[in-house]
Amino acid sequence: MPASAQNDPLLSDTPLPPLLTLTTADVSRIGRQRVWPALQGALRQTGAWALRVLAGLVLPAGLFGLWWLTARQHWIAEQILPSPAFVWESLGIVWDSGEMLTHVGHSATRVGWSLLLGGGSGLLLGTAMGLSTTLRACVLPTFRALAQVPVLGWIPLLIIFVGIEQPLKIWAISLAVLVPVTLTTLDGIASIPRAHLEVGRVFAFSRWQVLSRIVLPAALPTLFTAIRQGVMQAWLTVIFVELLSASEGLGFFMAYSRSLAQIDMVIVAMGVIGAVGLLIEATLRLLESRLQGWRRAAF
Amino acid sequence: MALPSALALRQRLTWPDLRFLVLPAALIALWSWATQQPWVNTKIIVPPSLVLSTAWTELHRPEFYQGVGMSLMRDLSGFTIGALAGTALGILLGVSRWARLLIGPTFHTLRQISLFAWLPLLAALVGSGDLSKIVFIAFSTFYPVVLATSEGVGSVNVAHLEVARVLRFSPTQILFRLILPSASPQILSGLKLGLIYAWLATIGAEFLLYDFSAGIGQTVFKGRSAFRVDLILFGLAVIGLIGHGFTRLAQHAEQRLLRWQARAH
Repeated sequence: MPASAQNDPLLSDTPLPPLLTLTTADVSRIGRQRVWPALQGALRQTGAWALRVLAGLVLPAGLFGLWWLTARQHWIAEQILPSPAFVWESLGIVWDSGEMLTHVGHSATRVGWSLLLGGGSGLLLGTAMGLSTTLRACVLPTFRALAQVPVLGWIPLLIIFVGIEQPLKIWAISLAVLVPVTLTTLDGIASIPRAHLEVGRVFAFSRWQVLSRIVLPAALPTLFTAIRQGVMQAWLTVIFVELLSASEGLGFFMAYSRSLAQIDMVIVAMGVIGAVGLLIEATLRLLESRLQGWRRAAF
Repeated sequence: MALPSALALRQRLTWPDLRFLVLPAALIALWSWATQQPWVNTKIIVPPSLVLSTAWTELHRPEFYQGVGMSLMRDLSGFTIGALAGTALGILLGVSRWARLLIGPTFHTLRQISLFAWLPLLAALVGSGDLSKIVFIAFSTFYPVVLATSEGVGSVNVAHLEVARVLRFSPTQILFRLILPSASPQILSGLKLGLIYAWLATIGAEFLLYDFSAGIGQTVFKGRSAFRVDLILFGLAVIGLIGHGFTRLAQHAEQRLLRWQARAH
């Protein structure tokens, strides 16, 4: 019989001692010392969280109340500021008919293509200029000079060159993405410590190894910033181009509703644009934490 | 002060790097060559000489200066309003936990609404005159300034605050002697960003809220509807130069204002 079994009350011959003799005093003591503080802590945390949420809701609730009261008391004509109920109803209409989703789809398609084209060429151009000093010396000054004109400014010229159909939107949004992505990527690549590259040379890394083992990991956080800026610019520009000239998409929906004096639909579209913006932000944050998980481990 | 190294000295003595001229020279050569070919529509690809002559005539017209003046007026009024309001809210958000709890979520949610999406509502509420343009420009300046300022104020050193408490600084003194100086780098970079955004918004608002008044954005837009590529190109150059001027000015101001910090190290 192993030694440990001798101490086991189930295996030994001695009669079983009472497992637990709890008096009410014990219960109250345990409750006081263990359960209550834990409960209090949890309660305090939940309370703080609830308080934070509540505090955050005060201002929107106040604004909403003001809006509701304004509409109810007819301080501003209903044609200019429709009532919340009316806006809600309008949202229901365009949501149920699928119209809103179609417009969101059109805008998203434009953003997607432009991110692919503008973001892709921006990453390539930025990396190329970061790696080659000759290319940087030749291209960067011109690039910077041209980037001084906001992309919106180029749109009238683009209209003459490519018309006002889909190519215009893709061109304009791609350019808007290209500029920040190129400059940020260049920054990221150019700021890689020389020492790292020298280590690569000592290990006789091939060009591909240098790129994939040293340049890419070191530049990854900056590349992510570049992509984030690209997405933000794309979202800003798509609304602008669609407001200017389009026959579908969220911006078009806004401009069209405004020309019909349907301010309720304009507000609905703003809400949807904000919601999509929040979604983009959340997605980017998730991607960032996933992609850069390995960096966290270092600290 | 360290002596400049031999390499740096040699670089300073050799010719400046002129490689940046390669690309523009090639592009302009290609451009002027193309406009002389019979298969090129010179209505769409206008010859460089026409752009230059348009620039020359425009620069002699008082309407041009009036337009630029109007745009600058809108830009700067909007920027001033947005920058003041943005700095104030940024300081409030940075200093007060309650303000962060109360205003923060709303601010960060509204920020997600793409900037230009405000224009139709603004136009419906205020019309499409100068007022709504200035409000829009102020709005565009507001966001980056608030973000940068609150970040700057949030990073004020706690030890410094304790020193200020020990020295019994009044709230005004804490604001002007501690918070604003320590947060000034972030505030200034926020203002710089705000200036860029304000110029973007000025051009955007002039395009979208087209109301037949003067403005450099409207000059470009008129060029499009009249199919005058030369006018558009000239307008773009002016827009770019003004934007560049703003950036340079902001950089200079930043260096000037932050000189005391550089000396500390």
